[in-house]
Amino acid sequence: MKFTPEKLIDMLIKMYKIRFFEEKVDYLFALGLVHGTMHLSIGQEAVAVGAISTLKPDDYILSTHRGHGHCIAKGADINLMMAEFLGKETGYCRGRGGSMHIADVEKGNLGATGVVGGGIPIASGVGLSIKMRKTGQVVICFFGDGAANQGAFHESLNLAAIWKLPVIFLCENNMYGMSMSVEKAFAIENIAKRAGSYGFPGEVVDGNYVLAVYKVVLKAVERARKGKGPSLIECKTYRWKGHSKSDQNLYRSKEEIESWKMKCPIKRFKEKLIAEKIITNEEIKIIEENAKNIIEKAVDFAKNSPEPSVEEIFDGVYS
Amino acid sequence: MREITYAEAIREALRQEMRKDKNVFLIGEDLGIYGGAFGVTYGLLDEFGEERVRDTPISEAAIAGAALGAAITGMRPVAEIMFMDFTTIAMEQIVNQAAKIKFMFGGKAKVPMVVRTPAGSGTGAAAQHSQSLEAWFTHVPGLKVVMPSTPYDAKGLLISSIRDNNPIIFIEHKLLYKTTGEVPEEEYEIPLGVADIKRKGEDLTIVATSIMVQRAISASKELEKDGISVEIVDPRTLKPYDKKTIIESVKKTGKVIAVHEACKTGGFGAEIAAMISESEAFDYLDAPIKRLGGLDIPIPYNRNLERHAVPQVEDIINAAKELIYR
Repeated sequence: MKFTPEKLIDMLIKMYKIRFFEEKVDYLFALGLVHGTMHLSIGQEAVAVGAISTLKPDDYILSTHRGHGHCIAKGADINLMMAEFLGKETGYCRGRGGSMHIADVEKGNLGATGVVGGGIPIASGVGLSIKMRKTGQVVICFFGDGAANQGAFHESLNLAAIWKLPVIFLCENNMYGMSMSVEKAFAIENIAKRAGSYGFPGEVVDGNYVLAVYKVVLKAVERARKGKGPSLIECKTYRWKGHSKSDQNLYRSKEEIESWKMKCPIKRFKEKLIAEKIITNEEIKIIEENAKNIIEKAVDFAKNSPEPSVEEIFDGVYS
Repeated sequence: MREITYAEAIREALRQEMRKDKNVFLIGEDLGIYGGAFGVTYGLLDEFGEERVRDTPISEAAIAGAALGAAITGMRPVAEIMFMDFTTIAMEQIVNQAAKIKFMFGGKAKVPMVVRTPAGSGTGAAAQHSQSLEAWFTHVPGLKVVMPSTPYDAKGLLISSIRDNNPIIFIEHKLLYKTTGEVPEEEYEIPLGVADIKRKGEDLTIVATSIMVQRAISASKELEKDGISVEIVDPRTLKPYDKKTIIESVKKTGKVIAVHEACKTGGFGAEIAAMISESEAFDYLDAPIKRLGGLDIPIPYNRNLERHAVPQVEDIINAAKELIYR
């Protein structure tokens, strides 16, 4: 598969943005500027970027509670994301949604959900709508390994299968549903195997290698666009941070976490691009600086944005 | 004016809206050849085809989710959940997703979807095919809840519901499907949130929903023989609901019964009673507010037990007399 240098560098930039954004909001949480909770995808950047880079701008995604990476990869405005984290009126959800519900309907990001597996039935509906409107779009539905054991997973994958809907079911297997390991939660080795029981292809891919994710997802996207129906892709990856802010990592070892940090998707991709002389160390430094600057400016934007007004508390409940 | 049944009125609303707007489609179990468990969608397959009269597997969560996903991307789905009892299986999608998406996203989404579902007992279908769960849905901001009692209301309210940009739970009553009434052939809307005074009266207000409107009308005819003049207010939609019409009626009569089929505890009658007692109508009350609802039991199978489980005409008559002759 041939990639232009621009495309490769764009993917790297997005991965950096996701990493720095999440490191920053983690820090802001520690400072008490962000309240509630958040679910960080640090270590999983290759999945969001690899998958979403296959899409056209008007294609859809459905995200998860661990969805910051999906939003950024889909082209979200970092300022509006950061403002949402700080609960500001200028945020994507006017401060009503927070970390877990960032959506940008105009840009095809149909939002993150706080319910594990909650986006999967919606994705089939989006696929149905695409098919009925004959627009040639596709939808990538992200969900985690935990969601694959929800009942709605079964109902929705079957529906997409019988109607040949243009949905890419993308399972980010980060090895744990909160504290429960996939070894305990599944009696099969690969979640992708379940696709066979619905009559469509399932494929396992190294979720820490952005180009591998891209390649497999692109195949599924092309299949969906041709009207051949859905696919299930399982990206094996790992979350470095806890499930949410209450996690003390009692269910896994430091050694295990460290071993996955050695497989950092950004480091791996960066080194590949340097080795292939697509980018230099100096250029990487500039990319890192630029990404950090964007994040810092977003923090300033968010801090200087107004709070939502209590007078408008009912806005958005009904159309 | 011609008379048609409640089921025909619903079918006519669906047909006319589907002709008018290609984005309107039906999704649910056995809607096509079968015509729906109660025959409401019978014949629509012939006119609109499988694409728009879309039979699904038995997957209520997927039905609700599919309707939601289609709604937020430009379609106007009308989903059918075969029995209201089965909305429990779709609850996550309806309550956590459909009702909240617009608000969670800062108002930047439209969710024009209707979930039609038949509720109520009286068919001998026992505890898992007879429930009236409307109060649950009224407790969820973001949803609208509609409960027509006549063919005329069913058509106009369904047309309004399909054209509305919010998720709507449209609750039909199985025993009303074969009831008849005057219904205009043309399309018309009945605004959501506007009550209808089904009968004018002076001595007592009965606020009734769904099939209880018909029972209250029957009761009021009997009560009239004893010189008791009953005003019947049908809220028609429970969320939003028309407080003003209820308050005005109670101010006039000074006595009120709220009657519904759903279990009395936590039923919508409690909301109506509380609302009245918080309102200016409180000072006009001549008697305590009375609530009639189903017994706090699952609906039993036995014909006689089933009948006793929910308010009947004689229960309404007795309750009215208790209030009048206290």
